[in-house]
Amino acid sequence: MGTLAIFKKELRAIFASPVAYVVMAVFLALSGYFFWGFLARFTFYSIQASMNPAIGGGLNIMEFVLGPLFHNMSIIMLLMMPLFTMRLLAEERKTGTMELLLTYPVRDGAILLGKFLAVVVLFLCMLALTAIYPILLMAWSSPEPLPILAGYLGLVLVGTAFLSLGLFTSALTENQIVAASLAFGALLFIWVIGWSADLAGGTVGKVLGHLSFLNHFEAFARGVVDTKDLIYYFNVTALFLFLTLKAVEARRWRA
Amino acid sequence: MIEVEGLTKFYGPKAAIEEVSFQVAKGEVVGFLGPNGAGKTTTMRILACFMPPTSGTARLAGFDIGKQSLEVRRRIGYLPESVPLYGDMTVRQYLTFAAEAKGVPRPERSGRVAGVMERCLIADVQERLIRNLSKGYQQRVGLAQALVGNPEVLILDEPTLGLDPKQIIEIRSLIREMRGERTVILSTHILPEVSMVCQRVIIINDGRLVAVDTPENLNLRLQKSSRILLEVEGPAEEVQRTLAGVQGVLAVAPQEPRNGRWRFLVETEREKDLRKDLARAVANSGWGLTELRPVDLTLEDIFIRLVTREEEA
Repeated sequence: MGTLAIFKKELRAIFASPVAYVVMAVFLALSGYFFWGFLARFTFYSIQASMNPAIGGGLNIMEFVLGPLFHNMSIIMLLMMPLFTMRLLAEERKTGTMELLLTYPVRDGAILLGKFLAVVVLFLCMLALTAIYPILLMAWSSPEPLPILAGYLGLVLVGTAFLSLGLFTSALTENQIVAASLAFGALLFIWVIGWSADLAGGTVGKVLGHLSFLNHFEAFARGVVDTKDLIYYFNVTALFLFLTLKAVEARRWRA
Repeated sequence: MIEVEGLTKFYGPKAAIEEVSFQVAKGEVVGFLGPNGAGKTTTMRILACFMPPTSGTARLAGFDIGKQSLEVRRRIGYLPESVPLYGDMTVRQYLTFAAEAKGVPRPERSGRVAGVMERCLIADVQERLIRNLSKGYQQRVGLAQALVGNPEVLILDEPTLGLDPKQIIEIRSLIREMRGERTVILSTHILPEVSMVCQRVIIINDGRLVAVDTPENLNLRLQKSSRILLEVEGPAEEVQRTLAGVQGVLAVAPQEPRNGRWRFLVETEREKDLRKDLARAVANSGWGLTELRPVDLTLEDIFIRLVTREEEA
């Protein structure tokens, strides 16, 4: 009941603000550019391959177009998601509406869930608009649908993980820019933590490698669903939602 | 309806309120009076379950604010001092949201919202964005929001702050109408407001409870002394000494001189009427007595006295 009320209010606020549309437009423009780029390269290679039997067949749309596209989309998401989440709690803290909201007969967890679901819906809308790329490909070619779906599942999972981290940083401050900066920094750090895994080697390397957003997304981009990656993203999302709840509760004490 | 016991809240090493205890009966309108920074907002925030106390307990409608916070929150309507509202929603959208969040069932929702809008005189602006409304309207939207859950207890923090005199009168009469119907606890630092709106006053200063009583009783209780104002033509220091020497006089306080005449506020024991003795003392010394009248203690004086007495102790 409470969650639904918050969810509806938040959804209205999200789509009433220009931020949602600007971020979506930028995301679609960039991913559209990458799609065109990868497709042009693929076409070029295909023509070359058809003229030179030595290269052989085996050129695969998933591998040359959609895989790299999904990978790049996840990086654009990393840059854009903090802009979606930054206002969720920081704005309410700043305007003081949080004081009123926290005295309504709604559990803190239900408030957060409502807000989180609203921003996830925004993200899913944005992602749904990119379905035009695989649909275009299907019109001219016949890519396998299951790997594409796997790629989208990966994007949904990595996106919700980003959003939960963004929600958490939004709970830490009343300044939206600070919330977005923290989220961006943390996301980038968790993304590249895999790089130091190669340097560290051994057990530490394995642990670091497992922590990285990047490593767990690779399989999805290739169209492969691995339960260990699923569990990883579920865990990350749950962890940051839990930390957000604790941050809000702690704020009550210090209010 | 409200039972507060030993409420204490520390911000770091500093206590915002200390050992605050009081009770409010069902249907009572109680004023929480104190200077800025006395701990009014802290107390109200704790009662509204926005933040927990460091120690102490409070029960609203029989439910503990710590252990049964949701039950308490179902029964209160709270209006914070800053009147935080969602500026990008219309009045009706906002109140509908508040009603839904407060668990008003769907079939009753629109009727309830229409009811509070009518009651708070905001039906004419229901389709306008809240951020475009005047402060007076926003305050009433805030009050409507507090009422929409049909709460047993209303907690209003400085509900007339920043309003113009006409709006203040409207809000006050709205609150007065709730007498008997809901339990209201409101804070203010404006003294006349309390005697106009409230049946009982809780005076708080520096985080401590100073007095709890009806405005009338406070008047009586503190008028252990009565006060007389004199205006005298004569040498100031000698006049003061002479007045202080009169039997039954407790204190003499010089006031601002007017038209070259000295003015003194003389405090006397309550039961004695010393006006004749004072007049005689002035006349016997050969000075001119141009004014002599008894002064009533206003609630403002009471407030100042209570608060300063507490500081002396």
